[in-house]
Amino acid sequence: MSDLQEMNFNSVTEEMLKVISDYDSVSGFKGAYNIREDSQCAGRKSSANITIEPKTDKPGINIIIKPHTVGETVFIPACVTHTNVDDLVYNDFFVGEGADVVIVAGCGVHNDGEEQARHNGIHRFFLEKGAKVLYKEKHIGTGNGKGLKKIDPVTDCFLKEDSCLEMDTIQLGGVDRSTRTTSAVLDKGAKIIVRERIMTDHEEEAVTKFNVKLNGEDSGADLVSRSVARGNSHQAFYSIVEGNNRCTGHSACDAILAENGRVDAQPALNAANVDAELIHEAAIGKIAGEQILKLCSLGLTREQAEEKIIEGFLK
Amino acid sequence: MDSRLVVITGPNGGGKTTLAKLIAGVEKPTSGRILLDGEDITDMDITGRARLGVAYAFQQPVRFKGLTVRDLLELASGKKLEHGELCDLLGKVGLCAEEYIDREMSAALSGGEAKRIEIATVLARNAKLSVFDEPEAGIDLWSFTRLVETFEEIRSSTSGSLVIISHQERILSIADEIVVVADGRVRTSGNREEILPALLKGEFSCRCPQRNGGGCQ
Repeated sequence: MSDLQEMNFNSVTEEMLKVISDYDSVSGFKGAYNIREDSQCAGRKSSANITIEPKTDKPGINIIIKPHTVGETVFIPACVTHTNVDDLVYNDFFVGEGADVVIVAGCGVHNDGEEQARHNGIHRFFLEKGAKVLYKEKHIGTGNGKGLKKIDPVTDCFLKEDSCLEMDTIQLGGVDRSTRTTSAVLDKGAKIIVRERIMTDHEEEAVTKFNVKLNGEDSGADLVSRSVARGNSHQAFYSIVEGNNRCTGHSACDAILAENGRVDAQPALNAANVDAELIHEAAIGKIAGEQILKLCSLGLTREQAEEKIIEGFLK
Repeated sequence: MDSRLVVITGPNGGGKTTLAKLIAGVEKPTSGRILLDGEDITDMDITGRARLGVAYAFQQPVRFKGLTVRDLLELASGKKLEHGELCDLLGKVGLCAEEYIDREMSAALSGGEAKRIEIATVLARNAKLSVFDEPEAGIDLWSFTRLVETFEEIRSSTSGSLVIISHQERILSIADEIVVVADGRVRTSGNREEILPALLKGEFSCRCPQRNGGGCQ
């Protein structure tokens, strides 16, 4: 596969790329990228410091980031644009020592048909000593078919000494079923920060599972999930933070319910060291009445107030 | 409406906050009418009154996960605010804009910080009538001094009238009119010159509950 390939994708993909990875149809992506469309490669480009190469044993790519690469961005969006696609892909990220990069993933599933359309991305992150990664992932579902739109990402993270992974994930409607499974193993001084925002409506279901092992001395985890469940939708949040050394772990699940929305939160803290400091917070409920009153007192209607509160909450 | 500063004072539990909430529309009166510039607003909801020019600073600031100080100030003023305008508004309550505009109005702010931001959201509205419920509560001495100056500035301009619920002598001493509310009724009201001396004199009278037949032995 050549380093540089022309981008060639359909209009559904183009529209989804604008949403999930701030794609600009004029200037394209600035940096290395790999665009996956209906289980095929629709464009790929490496940069001097970031090599993207296809896997030889299974579908997917390896993204290899040279040590001390600073300030670069990699885009790896994936789109499913029609019904009856069940896409499975393995992407591995090897982030060299001292690198500091941004990875923009993101997944769009469009379904106008009767069958289901699914994207299942299995990502592994290997961060070497002192590496820093900001990983941004946005999910959308579009199209009016009866077939289900499904996105089931699996993310496994291996964080070496003093590395830091910040995951910023967002799914704001349109995805009928999603199960997000994230695991992380942290060495000495490593940090993981997760910011998750999910909104579900209608009959949608979203499940989030976190498992973080704080194995190294002074490792740390901060997981914050904010969700809004409206319509007849259902969300579940399961997290396990294991403190196996002197470490700090914090997880928080805040959920707003509207109409018949349901949210289950099952946070677990497993401390196996006397110096493990683990905290969990969870709050589920409708929008606080006083918040609505306050915004109404600024001149907003009740509906505008609710909208602003949810917009801010999921920002 | 003329630009006046009315201070409502009186013992705890006397009905001051209830009166403020009735004005803002947060609570509904069981009897009586509420008039704003001659217009009956008794049956108008909070939004309607806000749009008519009533602003209300809550005694307990409301916290929001996600909405920042900038978001709230912009919602309050009904437009995008330039950096200078934000500085100006927050400066009036003794806060530095640089430090605060992008922070969430969440439980991470201290009581005094949240209170001052709450007051700033009301100042941002430039309303015809602004009601402040115990603005001094939880605020440090330095910020309080700045706040009193702000109230004086509003009063000396013609931009609107102020109703402040307060127990602070500093605020009472800049009032045009003082209303004493106790046991759910207006006990006395009038110009500061008449009311304030009597109130201050009253400070020295004995308040021991035992003298009134109750309390400890």
